[in-house]
Amino acid sequence: MSDNSQDISQGGYTTVDGRKIGGVMMEMKNITLRFGGVVAISDISFNIHEGEIRAIIGPNGAGKSSMLNVISGFYNPQEGEVWFHGAKRPNMRPYQVAEQGIARTFQNIALFEGMSVLDNVMTGRLTKMKSGMFAQALWKGKAEQEEFENREVVEKIIDFLEIQAIRKTPVARLPYGLKKRVELARALAAEPKLLLLDEPMAGMNVEEKEDMSRFILDVNDEFGTTIALIEHDMGVVMDLSDRVVVMDYGRKIGDGTPAEVLANQDVIDAYLGVSHD
Amino acid sequence: MSDTFLYGIEVVMNGLMAGVLYALVALGFVLIYKASGIFNYAQGVMALFAALTLVGIMEGQVPFSHLINAIFGTNIHHFGWEVPAILAIFLTMGVMVLFAYLVQRFVFRHLVGQEPIILFMATIGLAYFLEGFGDLMWGSEIKKLDIGLVQGASVWFEDLTSGLGGDGFYGFYIDVLDVTAAVVAVILVVSLTLFSQYSKQGRAMRAVADDHQAALSVGISLNFIWILVWSIAGFVALVAGIMWGAKSGVQFSLSLIALKALPVLMLGGFTSIPGAIVGGLIIGVGEKLFEFMIGPMIGGATEAWFAYVLALVFLVFRPQGLFGDKIIERV
Ligand SMILES: Nc1ncnc2c1ncn2[C@@H]1O[C@H](COP(=O)(O)OP(=O)(O)OP(=O)(O)O)[C@@H](O)[C@H]1O
Ligand SMILES: [Mg+2]
Repeated sequence: MSDNSQDISQGGYTTVDGRKIGGVMMEMKNITLRFGGVVAISDISFNIHEGEIRAIIGPNGAGKSSMLNVISGFYNPQEGEVWFHGAKRPNMRPYQVAEQGIARTFQNIALFEGMSVLDNVMTGRLTKMKSGMFAQALWKGKAEQEEFENREVVEKIIDFLEIQAIRKTPVARLPYGLKKRVELARALAAEPKLLLLDEPMAGMNVEEKEDMSRFILDVNDEFGTTIALIEHDMGVVMDLSDRVVVMDYGRKIGDGTPAEVLANQDVIDAYLGVSHD
Repeated sequence: MSDTFLYGIEVVMNGLMAGVLYALVALGFVLIYKASGIFNYAQGVMALFAALTLVGIMEGQVPFSHLINAIFGTNIHHFGWEVPAILAIFLTMGVMVLFAYLVQRFVFRHLVGQEPIILFMATIGLAYFLEGFGDLMWGSEIKKLDIGLVQGASVWFEDLTSGLGGDGFYGFYIDVLDVTAAVVAVILVVSLTLFSQYSKQGRAMRAVADDHQAALSVGISLNFIWILVWSIAGFVALVAGIMWGAKSGVQFSLSLIALKALPVLMLGGFTSIPGAIVGGLIIGVGEKLFEFMIGPMIGGATEAWFAYVLALVFLVFRPQGLFGDKIIERV
């Protein structure tokens, strides 16, 4: 079924456009996730290499978001193993995964609606804030220094994503496209090693999609951030991703470069809606 | 100045002081409600429990002594030592943190995502449990709480103001303890506000109050934050318990008086820390002033219901309270 023709081993590889990709950062081994009788993910294995942009595609209900939720610790699979940086990861809570340097955005946007854009992005720094409450109370100087450094990182990201104009705006007032961008900013503020994006361009117009694509490529290029993203727009997937996992009904039906998966008969069938039986 | 007017001022001042105590309890409600959406009916009982524990520790009372004596036929009640107030306060705070942990671990952790009414019912159960538990642990007799706070009329203030009125006016009566309570309340609110605005945990608290999913994704442990919030509410309860206990003794009616925090919240809004303070002061002053001016005309005892009726009026005209988030109707 799978056409892992390129057969990328544990080591790195070089992309079509000549970028150097590192070794395996994250490895999903035989993951199965069930909700009662529904099998959202069925025995899926794939890996994510250091520095690559990995896309997960598939029809609605295929289990893509569930997979991202497994990686980020929101769901714990019934079967299978998650390996991160060469070590098997025990079942983890989302906050523990975040502390490991994995940041994410949500399909349905989860922002702090009552806070300004700046405060939202600032919360992305929480994992980087060291001073505990007593240190902050007793040792004001150090806490202030830390606050200053966090502000600097946040301002850099705000400039990078071109949202300076709305820094002080309450998030609730922003249009959808900008909210998606703020959510990305908050995830970036954690300076993650691995960035998970669940449909970062859903509901956007062409222009907004182009902006978002550019940001994603720049993040990967400038910060060297590894990115796993879910996307429905095939054009975008072709442009952005180095390798693609294709899911359908909880199973993996394809894995490889965009060109490879597009030539895969199972993938074509799934997308053309050939009946499953 | 007419004496009636001067007495009126004194009534207002005393009302302000009573209001501070209402505000302290209301503050505990707001903290928990903001962070977890739980309306904590047990906040008043927590104040009572904290005060009971403080007295018990200070006097070297043996916890559960009635129970122990009943089972083993012994007759123990005190260890025979006394614990200094400061140390006892720290120990009591430890007990309140332990309480916060247990509540989260064994009750609310299992109720995540439930309807608000279910969470509310859970806190009612918690309130009665804690009241019974406090009784079992420390006994039900009224106790004196004396941690060395100065009490009684401020002679200095009376002398200072006695010149304002005629011969029959001896100056304003203010209880020094009330002034202490007010000062403590101000310090408490200022430090809580600073904590919530600028500390890492304060930021996390605000984040959890706003959106659970988003909070998880930025690396916040909801469990930890909820334990923290219940601990802070326990601390506020301890402060309220000390002030109230010092004023009128530690007794079980404290948990009933604490229900006055309800109308305070109606006024101030359930989500606003300044609202809890202002609401407390308005209710405190309002009920004293109403009793002073209107009370005699309608047979007195208005303090029992005034706060609730005022809250009702507010509910009709401004349901979100003075400072609460605006309720926007979606149609
Ligand atoms: N928390 C949950 N409880 C129960 N069932 C769930 C839950 N999350 C997902 N599912 C089910 O798992 C299956 C996969 O859902 P998932 O959201 O992962 O799909 P998806 O590929 O992201 O779809 P879409 O493109 O519509 O976002 C669906 O049948 C869905 O109903
Ligand atoms: Mg999805």
